Amino acid sequence: MTQSATVTVDAKASAHSAAAPAAAKPAAAPAARPAAEASPGIDWRELIGQRIIPPILGFALFIAVWAAVAQVTKGIPGPSSTFVAAVKLFSDPFYIAGPNDVGIGWKILNSLSRVGLGFGLAALVGIPAGFLLGRFMFLNRMLSPVIGLLRPVSPLAWLPIGLLVFKAAQPAAIWVIFISSIWPIILNTAAGVSTVPQDYLNVARVLKLSEWKVFTTILFPSVLPHLMTGIRLSIGVAWLVIVAAEMLTGGVGLGFWVWDEWNNLNVEHIIVAIFVVGLIGLALEQGLMMLARRFQYN
Amino acid sequence: MDNRYVHLEQVGMAFDTKKGRFVALQNVNLDIAQGEFISLIGHSGCGKSTVLNVIAGLLTPTSGVALAAGREIDGPGPERAVVFQNHSLLPWLSCFGNVYLAVERVFGKKENKAQLKARTHAALEMVKMTHATDKLPNEISGGMKQRIGIARALAMEPKVLLMDEPFGALDALTRAHLQDELMRIVQATGSTVVMVTHDVDEAVLLSDRIVMMTNGPAATVGEILTVNLARPRDRLALANDAEYHHYRSAVLEFLYHKELRPAA
Ligand SMILES: Nc1ncnc2c1ncn2[C@@H]1O[C@H](COP(=O)(O)OP(=O)(O)OP(=O)(O)O)[C@@H](O)[C@H]1O
Ligand SMILES: [Mg+2]
Repeated sequence: MTQSATVTVDAKASAHSAAAPAAAKPAAAPAARPAAEASPGIDWRELIGQRIIPPILGFALFIAVWAAVAQVTKGIPGPSSTFVAAVKLFSDPFYIAGPNDVGIGWKILNSLSRVGLGFGLAALVGIPAGFLLGRFMFLNRMLSPVIGLLRPVSPLAWLPIGLLVFKAAQPAAIWVIFISSIWPIILNTAAGVSTVPQDYLNVARVLKLSEWKVFTTILFPSVLPHLMTGIRLSIGVAWLVIVAAEMLTGGVGLGFWVWDEWNNLNVEHIIVAIFVVGLIGLALEQGLMMLARRFQYN
Repeated sequence: MDNRYVHLEQVGMAFDTKKGRFVALQNVNLDIAQGEFISLIGHSGCGKSTVLNVIAGLLTPTSGVALAAGREIDGPGPERAVVFQNHSLLPWLSCFGNVYLAVERVFGKKENKAQLKARTHAALEMVKMTHATDKLPNEISGGMKQRIGIARALAMEPKVLLMDEPFGALDALTRAHLQDELMRIVQATGSTVVMVTHDVDEAVLLSDRIVMMTNGPAATVGEILTVNLARPRDRLALANDAEYHHYRSAVLEFLYHKELRPAA
């Protein structure tokens, strides 16, 4: 009743976070097992059969399908030639042969730094905005409809606006990352603030804590798990968007590289790029999830 | 001594719920003297916590007047400490941190860090929780959490101590120990105490007066029983005391005869 827009979004966010740890389980489980090694009942067969075999089978199946598709489709390289291309690319990842001809390491770092910058700005604006929206119902009612309208807009639709305002491709790409990653941060922070348990606020009221003390000892720690969810979703979106944004804006980075190699018809490199984007996205997600787990109190 | 240190006059409390207005309390009249120990007893859901929260200032009554120390209660404050029914510890602070937060707020202006820490340790000592100083609330049992909540409130040396079923989740031995500690502290500090309880023995042992509430909705004060047992009270001696048993049966009579347990 208080802020239906925010609450529904949070439900989505928590559905995400509920699904995500489940997906993370298989990765975490093998690490947890050795701790239980001392107990005599450890079932190695179960461990290997249920935890190790299935992912290997999955990847084997994936590679088999890929090889089969490559066999019958002209122009799609198979796993082995892609692997050779990847080894070559990663054997010298940090060479610089010209302004646009640099090693894959530089491309990754460039894309990551754009995401970092765009996301950092989004966090800088989004976290305080989320706290204000969560704390002041009037602001929430005022801005929820506007956010509701802007949030579903495809991130790339913002690119022309960025180009127009900044008159340059680089800041425009960062602007796109900013605008697409700010919504999850604002909405999750606001939802976190407005769901701070009344019990904790009652403690603050009985103690008559100052507004600053309420913020540092109650609001912030209690919102932190929600904030982490927002950050995770937001970086996820940013990483999704960066490839597309770079395709359009050019410059050194994974996205433009994909586009460039398409023009060169070097499909091996495109497939390598797809894997790199996927792996880095996975690593970001897992890293943030690990970080988030440290702020979970219950 | 102020005989109307806490003064409730025709207090009513109605909640706006989805199903409409729910009148929880109606025409509650109660005067509490300074230094008095009052128990609120009644069936579950009758409105005991609501009365306590009105005195705490966490709820503003929808009708009537609520005064403390001669002034209208307009919001909570550390001079009226609350032991919450569900302990309400902050999960990201250690047991020490939870108590220290309150100690720092109340004494931080007058005392240095070492003194504040000493107060915190003393409070943890009192509830026999020194072993859990650095533990987080979710690493200790429910009864232990409740003890930390009690330590937090006692450490504030409040003028009025408001306790919502403080010993409910404790085992019999710990409960007896804390009841004795509480009697000792209250005797020493002269605090005014309002305690919600379900336990008839506890009410008789600790209280100067027992306020028995009628069943809700629109609950009010049914009867008030004055307990004239000399202090300090000794639980073993009282076990065979005829007067003690007289008080005990008077409360039971009210609860199980006059105010039949509601169906729910
Ligand atoms: N915020 C609220 N909104 C609506 N109804 C409420 C609210 N708080 C309490 N009530 C209702 O008021 C009545 C009294 O509640 P209260 O918590 O004071 O009971 P209680 O005597 O403390 O019960 P218990 O012994 O189970 O703790 C109950 O029927 C409860 O449902
Ligand atoms: Mg209650």
